[in-house]
Amino acid sequence: MVASAQGVRSGSEDDLALVAQFRDGDEEAFVALVRRYHGLMTRIACRYTPSHAVAEEVAQETWISVLRSIATFEGRSSFRTWLITILVNCARRQAATERRAVPFASLDDGAEAAVASSRFFPPDHPRWSGMWTTCVSSWSEVPDETFLAAEAMALVRHEIDRLPAQQRAVITLRDVCGMPAGEVCGLLDLTEGNERVLLHRARARVRRRLEQYVEAAC
Amino acid sequence: MLTCQEIVSFVTDYLEGGLRPQERLAFERHVAICPPCRAHLAQMRRTVETIGRLTVDDISDGAETALRHAFRDWRTGAGDP
Repeated sequence: MVASAQGVRSGSEDDLALVAQFRDGDEEAFVALVRRYHGLMTRIACRYTPSHAVAEEVAQETWISVLRSIATFEGRSSFRTWLITILVNCARRQAATERRAVPFASLDDGAEAAVASSRFFPPDHPRWSGMWTTCVSSWSEVPDETFLAAEAMALVRHEIDRLPAQQRAVITLRDVCGMPAGEVCGLLDLTEGNERVLLHRARARVRRRLEQYVEAAC
Repeated sequence: MLTCQEIVSFVTDYLEGGLRPQERLAFERHVAICPPCRAHLAQMRRTVETIGRLTVDDISDGAETALRHAFRDWRTGAGDP
């Protein structure tokens, strides 16, 4: 896994150019799309499957479906949305036929306070109930290089990989891909409220990890 | 008046535009006068920005090879890829 400036957030125009080339028989254009989206797809499929291996199968099966149905892709939605829709359908079908899907995870999955409650005065404090007990750094003095460092990227990636499957699917689509929240809700069948709860928990975990990293780096 | 702990719990709703106008106003009033909450909000923004720089472009060699074969079958019209 490599962090680079190009990737799943890059323009949909670029995707469309690759789609046009692969329809004309350009294998490298097809492989470029596979490399761009396959990792994302296995992470999303994990939400529906019991193991990474099954998620990997689902992602591969999705590419086969893409080959079969690319003639029907008219570019009305972005290629990415079209692709993820096929993926989610494949994953659901797999889960339904094999009956080995993980039970729908509850929202309590991996719930931890976004910030440790020990950092706030307790509710029964006569004056400062719920107020910070410690100072908080805004990270404004932290140079960009600290966040751009390969080590920081690796930590963030590792933390996202460790998240419960639902949180991982949401943060991957919303923040890694930059997909609009409404589209994430539609793809994952979540209400807006539940999507934000999952996103909040996921972002909070990554923030805590970055906080430890920044404190160690400074 | 919201507590700092409440601000922390609403921060994603705020950033995602999920607060009602009154709640948004209360959030912004608190943050305007509370440096640690302002710092926390800045941390969350920086976190989201950092996550946005990630890519997920990993694929095993085996999977890539299998998909190259599927593509070649498709290109030659060899029935089901």
